[in-house]
Amino acid sequence: MVDDQLSRVFAALADPTRRDIVARLAVSDATVGELAEPYDVSIQAVSKHIKVLADAGLVSQTRDAQRRPCHLEAEVFDLMTKWIERYRQQAQERYERLDVVLAEMRDGEQPIQTRHHQQGAAS
Amino acid sequence: MNATSRYQVSIEADPSVPIIRMTRDFDATPAQLMRAHTDPELFARWVGPNGMETKILDWDATTGGRWRYVASRDGEEYGFHGCFHEVGDERIVQTFTYDGQPDGVALETLRFEDLGDGRTRLHAQSLTDSFEARDQWLASGMETGVEEGYAKLDTLVAEL
Repeated sequence: MVDDQLSRVFAALADPTRRDIVARLAVSDATVGELAEPYDVSIQAVSKHIKVLADAGLVSQTRDAQRRPCHLEAEVFDLMTKWIERYRQQAQERYERLDVVLAEMRDGEQPIQTRHHQQGAAS
Repeated sequence: MNATSRYQVSIEADPSVPIIRMTRDFDATPAQLMRAHTDPELFARWVGPNGMETKILDWDATTGGRWRYVASRDGEEYGFHGCFHEVGDERIVQTFTYDGQPDGVALETLRFEDLGDGRTRLHAQSLTDSFEARDQWLASGMETGVEEGYAKLDTLVAEL
């Protein structure tokens, strides 16, 4: 279930028009008609894109009389950002271990180094 | 001054193709980075998550060669395997499969860009075989926090 949800989010964002719609909704809520204006497509086509974004949980439509503005659900993005950040931190830890290995390799190669690079000498 | 943490990983999950891209600078030459990626003893020392021991079972870091290793902690083992498609002077192209998902395979390209003055920028790209696989990959990592992440997502999905 959970994987399906996240997959729908990524799949929904795989389309350039939908990414564009999301970018516009990040600025402010807008109706389907307002969203359709800059595109050379029908309101029906934009409605379909909105439905995909809504199914992924990225966009909601409030029932505000006749207007029905589309609203971006920002917390879905926050969640994705958190997952990516955790992945990044793990990569960072991995590469800090690699830093240590590389530092030891440098020490081992000292005799054949052509020039001595004094690091942090000025600080 | 501690030089080990002054370089940060930058990461990008491409929205249009199931790719993860990472870059990271190192105080090392491309040749040194290449060695740290291809020498099995050196590689085993840094690849696994903190607190995990990496045991290399199979390793032929040449074009057309193959690799297999197991990461373990408290009796739990996670196996990985793949092939070295290309091992060049400043580039490694390889496949990557997690034994827990044997049908999945990612294509990894590592490029070592010489920045001069003893520094090198690593460009790592992983192309997974679907968005689902990429997202699971991003969401996983074997360390704690995965279950926590799922629990949070469960809550969020329930609220939608």
